[in-house]
Amino acid sequence: MPKKEKGPIWIARELSKCSGCRKCEIACSLFHEKHIWPEASRIRVFMLVPGVDFPHFCVQCEDYPCVQSCPVNALSVSKETGAVLVDNETCIACGKCIDACPGRIPHMHPKEKRILICDLCDGDPQCVKVCREGGWNVLKKVSRGDRPYKLYSRKPEEITRSLALKMYGEKVGEFV
Amino acid sequence: MILGYAGKFLEINLSSEKVKEVSFDDEVLNDYVGGRSLAVKILWDRLGSNWENIDPLGSENILLFLTGPLTGYFPGGRICVSGKSPQSNGVVGSTVGGEFGVELRCAGYDGIIVIGEAKKPVYFFIKDSDVEIRDAGHVWGKDAKQTVRIITKECRDLLKKRFPLYGEWKEPALLYIGPAGENKVRTAVVAAKWAHAAGYGGYGGVMGSKRLKAIAVKGTGPLPPVADIKKVERLIKVVNDNAYENELWRRWGTGAGGYEFGAKTSSEPVRNWQDEWHDEKSFGVDQFENKVWIKQSWSDFGCPTCCLKIAMVKNGKFKGAITDNPDYEMQAYLGTNLGIFEPEENVFLSSLIDDLGLCGIQTGNVMGFAAELFQRGILSAKDLDGIELKWGDVEAFAALARKIAFRIGIGDTLAEGTYRAALKIGKMKKTNVLQYAVQSKGIGIGAHGIRSGKDYPEIFSYACSVQGGDHTSTAGLPLDSGGSELMEIFNDSGVYCNFNSFGIPRNLKFEFYTAVTGLKLTREEWCSSKALKVLQLQRAMLLLGGPDLKWDPKIHDANPPRFYEPLPSGPYKGKAADKSAVDDYKRRYYKAAGWDENGIPKSEILRKLELDDVDKALERFRREKPL
Repeated sequence: MPKKEKGPIWIARELSKCSGCRKCEIACSLFHEKHIWPEASRIRVFMLVPGVDFPHFCVQCEDYPCVQSCPVNALSVSKETGAVLVDNETCIACGKCIDACPGRIPHMHPKEKRILICDLCDGDPQCVKVCREGGWNVLKKVSRGDRPYKLYSRKPEEITRSLALKMYGEKVGEFV
Repeated sequence: MILGYAGKFLEINLSSEKVKEVSFDDEVLNDYVGGRSLAVKILWDRLGSNWENIDPLGSENILLFLTGPLTGYFPGGRICVSGKSPQSNGVVGSTVGGEFGVELRCAGYDGIIVIGEAKKPVYFFIKDSDVEIRDAGHVWGKDAKQTVRIITKECRDLLKKRFPLYGEWKEPALLYIGPAGENKVRTAVVAAKWAHAAGYGGYGGVMGSKRLKAIAVKGTGPLPPVADIKKVERLIKVVNDNAYENELWRRWGTGAGGYEFGAKTSSEPVRNWQDEWHDEKSFGVDQFENKVWIKQSWSDFGCPTCCLKIAMVKNGKFKGAITDNPDYEMQAYLGTNLGIFEPEENVFLSSLIDDLGLCGIQTGNVMGFAAELFQRGILSAKDLDGIELKWGDVEAFAALARKIAFRIGIGDTLAEGTYRAALKIGKMKKTNVLQYAVQSKGIGIGAHGIRSGKDYPEIFSYACSVQGGDHTSTAGLPLDSGGSELMEIFNDSGVYCNFNSFGIPRNLKFEFYTAVTGLKLTREEWCSSKALKVLQLQRAMLLLGGPDLKWDPKIHDANPPRFYEPLPSGPYKGKAADKSAVDDYKRRYYKAAGWDENGIPKSEILRKLELDDVDKALERFRREKPL
């Protein structure tokens, strides 16, 4: 796929392949914050149960409930990529978008009063690059079509339970 | 301030429950970098004058958790655990993989210094600069998996409650002990995740002696700023690309070793090292990969290699057992060394060892030792509390491991580690059993034998190491070569995983250090002054030893007697270490390290390295009659 695709994109994800290397967090925070800064990464790897590592990041729901919930119109949708864009100057860090998100995916910048949401790196997602370089292929950039993307917006606990069940079967009750 | 450091260390006094921040002068950080080297410096400064009287399992010992400037930057995050070792009575820099070091640095600290001893079980919860000493009564006695579950949930609930607007909180990173650590077992580990462990040194027992069950840390800041981030990014890419080329290493990690080190290099412990060769294809890596690995790649922070796998037994008697890999050391020590050659049984025993908080290497070493004594009729089933400790009987070994972790019956003796157990059993049975103890200076030998000459350690590597049998810190010559212990000191002081440095250009790690800290450091300077200084300090504290045991270089700078017995089978049948060659190497090593013919660091080198106080402390060893 060429570097800059015309039209909106999506990051397809296959969570159970995640090794937990967190190179996506490293790449994201270096790109956006110029530091290796895991908590300021827009994609975060959760490991609530050992072995059950997975990236948690925006899915760009078809109806963008976060954008609708913002009381100060700090969020908008990029026409080029379909990403949710945060106007850092306008954002009041109220957290309404977190509650509106079915997967509670947005989180606060740890040092500044603003929300962090994946902006798809303007069409060239850094996390996808490092994930593919490593051959994990958890993440893949695809053209955005007309699918129920919102389905993938799940809370970390929900994802953990499903993945842990897949991995550990009936033992899951002891860990989650 | 030197770049690449958070600049602060936490010092937590468990006796007074006081927490303070301390820092080290630039000069100290310049000389001692971090991790193992800094640990050695801190321990010498604080305990050196009274070293021989410090009980490693007593309240005066200091327990250290130290990162280095490369932690989080060099791919493969680790943390170095140290203190006075209850195994060697010297100092071991024991590292463990995971996110703990990164979280700690993101919280604003380069390390944690724990002193004193708590009155009741506690754990630390560190969230950036907020440090809490919390009650751990409800997790005391819990196994690894339950400890991780309970503390992870508790800390995340606290974060949610305290910062309701933040969004979802990721888990904090965790270091903890299992029941073995709580019971001050000398072969207990400090663990991370479920099956990651700082094993060598026995610091799980030190943590338990302080009644410290766990440390949880969540840091929300960035890693400390570096001198040249663009260069760091470029170097990370070189390390990654190198690792990505190594397909089989990535696919199997060390998991191929269980068969290969036996069948090919003939250097794998089999039945307490009575042999080092086997051709058991049941233990081939394909058997692990196809039967029990449920996650093919599992990595720690920033790691391109992912040598870890997750194994789970899904059927049969051992259904539900989960561990990582098992890696080569666990395949060997909880497999072949005990006569076990079935992956499922190996996974089961590894999983149990994780749950109990034991070190698979040291515990597999002492259990193999006990099994040989049983084989020879020196220990009876009665001596072993009714356990028929037959080779290959995984359930017998599991029963014994439980006794060790809880110090029950014979377990109490074996919980002292192989060397101390051998002394005790020897006395009890009025016979010398040290000849069956495969260890060096209180530390069981890693699963890489020297007899065939085909594996990486050389015939003097364990005998001359300042960390005894530790296979991750073996002595080599010349001192500035890749196989030298001085290079291991660099890995353990920058604190990152050396597995990602295999095959990278020779000077890359020093370039990496410069890009992070802004300080020039060449390999020559490292080997001729800085690391050499650390080596002398470790040697000095090892020789001072005490209080229960001391090492005499003439007797104890030695291979286990077993390594002089000819290999009984395989392609290298008949090969053994040659005593005169070992002695010759020892002389050369002593000379290169600046030690006299008795193995005592000479005044000359100590004064040159500005270690005058060490020189003074060792003076009486030189006055004593030549050995």
